[in-house]
Amino acid sequence: MSHAYEQLTPGRRRAGLAARLTLGWQQADRAATLREHSGRFGPLRQQADGKRDLLDEVAAAGLTGRGGAGFPTATKMRAVAVGRGPAVVVANGMESEPASEKDQALLARAPHLVLDGISAAAEAVGAAEAHLCLPGTRDWLVDCVLAAVAERQQAGLDRIAVAVHELPQHYVSSEETSLVHWLNGGEAKPTTTPPRPFERGVGKRPTLIDNVETLAHLALIARYGAAWFREAGTRDASGTMLTTVTGAVSRPGVYEVEAGISVGDVLALAGPQAGAEAVLVGGYFGTWHDIAGIAERPFTAAGLRQADASPGAGVLFVLPAQACGLAEAARIMRYLASQGAQQCGPCMFGLPAVADDLAQLAAGRPDGDPLSRMQRRFGVIAGRGACRHPDGAVRMAASAVRTFGADAHAHARRRPCLSAQRGRQQTALLPVPRPFAEGDWR
Amino acid sequence: MTLKLQIDPIACTGHGLCADLLPELIELDEWGFPILAGSVPPALAAHARRAVNACPTLALRLARTRTQHELRTRHQRFFEIRGDRWARWAST
Repeated sequence: MSHAYEQLTPGRRRAGLAARLTLGWQQADRAATLREHSGRFGPLRQQADGKRDLLDEVAAAGLTGRGGAGFPTATKMRAVAVGRGPAVVVANGMESEPASEKDQALLARAPHLVLDGISAAAEAVGAAEAHLCLPGTRDWLVDCVLAAVAERQQAGLDRIAVAVHELPQHYVSSEETSLVHWLNGGEAKPTTTPPRPFERGVGKRPTLIDNVETLAHLALIARYGAAWFREAGTRDASGTMLTTVTGAVSRPGVYEVEAGISVGDVLALAGPQAGAEAVLVGGYFGTWHDIAGIAERPFTAAGLRQADASPGAGVLFVLPAQACGLAEAARIMRYLASQGAQQCGPCMFGLPAVADDLAQLAAGRPDGDPLSRMQRRFGVIAGRGACRHPDGAVRMAASAVRTFGADAHAHARRRPCLSAQRGRQQTALLPVPRPFAEGDWR
Repeated sequence: MTLKLQIDPIACTGHGLCADLLPELIELDEWGFPILAGSVPPALAAHARRAVNACPTLALRLARTRTQHELRTRHQRFFEIRGDRWARWAST
């Protein structure tokens, strides 16, 4: 998949696009050097109002986590700052969501922005150590970030050196308790909570875990302040966000948009294929929707809540008109079932069972009544794991059955699906990565 | 005081003893893992404790939760009982 990383120049500005994190990407087929980075954004310690500290500034900016959960960043930072003993900062650059590419894009082009954010966050919560977690499968990205860290060390920029780690990549390895468990010498699998990492995380110390994009925004808030941050976005969704738009679009890629613009506007940036009807909103833990039904809604947590959707890590996947949504959902479900940590029964057995149901339905070879079997299983599986993996997977499957309801019923009655009836070929589209290595969690 | 059954889903390996001992509040899903009813009525508290103790992997727990009202009432009762004793101490 080749991606045009969208850039902005005043002459090419399109509605909704913004250039904060992505400033200067137009020249970039490589990472910005420290010199380029400083030239672009200025030095880090340059707060708009010297009297207010960064925590207040982040709270006033209304920054929320960009990793998927959308939790208010200032709340998390405060909880860590008041915790007992020196804190730990962990930057989460795992991006195990296969449909998302924004964290890779950010780290590959503006590593210093993320490292600035780590440094600023460490300063603000009084951290004594800082870690950056990356997937071991992307060694090019690790090299790129290590080069940036070395540059900063030479310049004597950071009080604490950032330790860069390569973790095994499974879908649940990017969960925050997985990172803590791994950094503490265990396997990259989620653990039972409480305690949450902000109470007791790495080395039993209060630990701040933030997505790398969140930290990059933090670096800009530290420079320019909350008022500047709020110049983009809306009152309940401030700033800008990175989105990944893929599937049946003419310009797939990573776009930085103002928070609060509608789903339809984000899609329009990438140029959706004529005739495409459905979209997967929020990634593999997301939900399927009719484009017509969701296009008007803002692409924010609050805006999508009523539609039982969430922007997740800012992912939109447009289903091509000729593809079968059920078949795609079945493939994703099979992948998610294989990506669990194999720790909790309901997830270990429930997800493969639902994946089988969906696959039977998609293939038009139902064994019994997969539709009602699935409905029963949806209600039983969610909320019974240590992490939210089963909940997200079941939510995606349920939305597929809802959105492709007509197809689902036709399939259940052993008729070919509507898209197949239209005489178009079926293709597998969503990327489903090969597992890192079977059973390798350390 | 409300008693609530809780499970550590990682520790649970689906032995199913809990559902045998406490079918009123615990049923097994189709894969043999327990689905818990939320709170435990006082009449079943002893049975619930038995189920918790029987769990081979110590995955089942019984958590005590008190509502704000209950907490306040307990507090008041404490003062009702101890209050006049303290008053007596003060007067002697």
